[in-house]
Amino acid sequence: MRKLWHFHGGLKLEGHKAVSMRDPIIPVPIPQLLTIPLQQHIGEPAQPVVKVGERVLTGQVIAQAEGYISAPVHASSSGTVIAIEKRPIAHPSNIHDDCIVIETDGKDEWVPSHEIDQDFIQMEPSELRNRVRDAGIVGLGGAGFPSFIKLNPGKQQVETLILNGAECEPYISCDAMLMQERPREIIDGLLIMRHALHAKQCLIGIEDNKPEAIRALQGALSEQEKSIIEVVTVPTRYPGGGEKQLIKTLTGIEVPSNGLPVHVGVVCHNVGTAVAITRAIHHGEPLISRIVTVTGNAVTHPRNVEARIGTPMQVLLEQAGLDQHKLDRLLMGGPMMGFVVEDMGVPIIKTTNCLLGMTKQDVAHEVHPMPCIRCGECAKVCPAKLLPQQLYWYARSKELDKIENYHLFDCIECGCCNLVCPSHIPLVQYYRYAKTEIWAKDREKQKANLARERHEFHQLRLERKKQEDDARKRKKKEMLEKAAAKDDDKQAAIRAAMERVNAKKTAQQQAASTNKDESA
Amino acid sequence: MSQIISSPHTLFSNSVSRMMLLVVLGLIPGFIAYVYFFGWGVIINSIVCVTTALLCEAGIMRLRQRPAWPYLTDFSALVTALLLALALPPILPWWVAMLATMFAIILAKHLYGGLGYNPFNPAMVGYAMLLIAFPKYMTAWLPARHEQLSLSLLDNLRYNILGMLPANTSYDALTQATPLDKLHIQLGLRKTVSQTVTSFHQFSGLFGVGWDWVSLMFLVGGLFLIYKRVIGWHIPLAMLGSLAVISTIAWLVNSAHYPNPLFHLFGGASMLGAFFIATDPVTASTTPRGRLIYGAGIGIITYVIRTWGGYPDGVAFGVLLMNLAAPTIDQYTQPRVFGHDQGKSS
Repeated sequence: MRKLWHFHGGLKLEGHKAVSMRDPIIPVPIPQLLTIPLQQHIGEPAQPVVKVGERVLTGQVIAQAEGYISAPVHASSSGTVIAIEKRPIAHPSNIHDDCIVIETDGKDEWVPSHEIDQDFIQMEPSELRNRVRDAGIVGLGGAGFPSFIKLNPGKQQVETLILNGAECEPYISCDAMLMQERPREIIDGLLIMRHALHAKQCLIGIEDNKPEAIRALQGALSEQEKSIIEVVTVPTRYPGGGEKQLIKTLTGIEVPSNGLPVHVGVVCHNVGTAVAITRAIHHGEPLISRIVTVTGNAVTHPRNVEARIGTPMQVLLEQAGLDQHKLDRLLMGGPMMGFVVEDMGVPIIKTTNCLLGMTKQDVAHEVHPMPCIRCGECAKVCPAKLLPQQLYWYARSKELDKIENYHLFDCIECGCCNLVCPSHIPLVQYYRYAKTEIWAKDREKQKANLARERHEFHQLRLERKKQEDDARKRKKKEMLEKAAAKDDDKQAAIRAAMERVNAKKTAQQQAASTNKDESA
Repeated sequence: MSQIISSPHTLFSNSVSRMMLLVVLGLIPGFIAYVYFFGWGVIINSIVCVTTALLCEAGIMRLRQRPAWPYLTDFSALVTALLLALALPPILPWWVAMLATMFAIILAKHLYGGLGYNPFNPAMVGYAMLLIAFPKYMTAWLPARHEQLSLSLLDNLRYNILGMLPANTSYDALTQATPLDKLHIQLGLRKTVSQTVTSFHQFSGLFGVGWDWVSLMFLVGGLFLIYKRVIGWHIPLAMLGSLAVISTIAWLVNSAHYPNPLFHLFGGASMLGAFFIATDPVTASTTPRGRLIYGAGIGIITYVIRTWGGYPDGVAFGVLLMNLAAPTIDQYTQPRVFGHDQGKSS
């Protein structure tokens, strides 16, 4: 048995996974309309490379990656692009964002596949990374970070490559089903990653509430693979599947607060991502579908399905027998970290691991928060070892400096503190609010700094202009004075002439006025 | 902020009411023992304190224009009242108990903002106020059961409510000092511990007749609270531990002048204080290391006041003084955050 480490806090939660694991994964029929958002990953949104009216084939690139941290997007099925515009998407704030809408033709006609002419072992890591990038693969565990970046260790030596099959959040079972049904593809993906990273050891971490998945993966390993890959059973404790928590459990290493796992010689990928990489490298297929758990007490036939990216959630929910009368709250993701979906027409994206239909009984309604009694239950369960009661105190009083000193940004928003709070305070909401405030303030500060710099530059320019003007004026004056000195005699002559003319004029005027008086 | 529904989307697993009711449950064994040994006065005090506390809580919530019901049913006022009642002598005029409760709820709790905001333990503020303002009442206990005198319910009521003593007896004849108090006085008169213990009847039994059982029952109730995870082990262990360590050292040095550690642990309010009073989350330290320091501080102060101070017991002042220190302790005992300062242990 491998030695396991312990991470602080966490909770034993009711799994609710078995209900959605009774039936095998089935495909979702391709819908008439696919709405494919351009941003389904962390980083820059992809840029469309197709036009409205253009016919596209399944697997065809319809939007290119923009910049380094980005991922391309592919047509999930063949058809015609009918719109490129903002549409409602699955997002915590229910926003609209740029999408490419494809009207499918039902043929599901693939682009001519890349010839897989080469065994991956002969490929350079950079070649593998490019193919992973071109396939639009992002972390399928939920974060959606472009996977090719996590296959590029730079100068770091990767000691341990971890596949995350912990799936700690209640209700979600897509990874568990994947491990049960497609263990071979997971292992193949792991071998490709291992080659790209030159990793020394490979571990697959699975929580002990998934014995079938553990058996399936162990059974799929060949004798030779067993010497390099180890399937490790970890205790079921939420959030044990959080990247940092799993790394700690398996290796004892804590990922530094501001660092990445690779800085401490560890890389961690989700099992679903491994399958996507296998499909990309061995079969030349980009990421156009994913496994989604459709479950919850408002769903009559909870199960796991494979849906094309861009399929409206409604299609999946209807397939699983959603009971509209029972539905109180629809979530994307699990009950601990998922967010509310208001519009069932929004599409499935690369990071949609679960649709959870909750009934009235499942959700805390009419919450009346009591004052914090500083019992410290929250600190006891915090996996980041924070003091949530202090964070709450400072978030409430908007002492943003203090709250940063208490390491707000190490909060992973797992929700444990919130769940155990005897005063029913929506703690996570306070932390999200404080984070947003700090980000906004930082942006303001940057803007203010920029404005100040501009202002100072403007002042400087005015000053310089004034100095230049003064200098010019002074020069001009001097020149004029010099010229005046030269012309003095001429001037005197002119003045004398002018005086004479003036004297004549006044004499004439006087004469004229006396004449006028007389005639009157 | 309430319009955005934020994760987690689950039901809560705990509530303030549940915690407070469990504390009440944990008090029951000690309460029964206290009533058994010291009579009806304990119940009379409890009724006076609880009624006053709930009325004050409701009145103040109305003054603050907030709904009273959620705050009455969080049972925090009930717990404060019961803790105060259990700290009071069983023979006590009703208005003294009422005054202490009003002081605790109105001044110590609500003037600071109510539940969750009071820096000092309200029950102990009420108790300390009486100790300073009415020392005569506060040091006069009834003798424990099975001794010469015991008051009937009627006699006890008559005194507590009307201030009338039973016929043929005087206040001084009726009451006696607690063992802690007696020892304190006798040691002050240059008697030794063994002289005192053998010449006064309240020292029969294990560590003072009646007090031994009351303390044992509070210990049982306290362990129940730890088992139910209502309180942590840090504060009781640190407080009783520090008390035990210092009293053992002193006892080993000079057993004629310093009583044995068991007398300190089971005498006076040590058990009630360690499990039920010092663990009040609002006023205690909240970090694990902070709670150890906080508890140890109470133990030390308690011992110092008992041994060299002017009061027979020091738990209340120990708690209040450490309440004062709790925010600072918290500041300097923050746990090491995940992924920070690795290599340092915590």
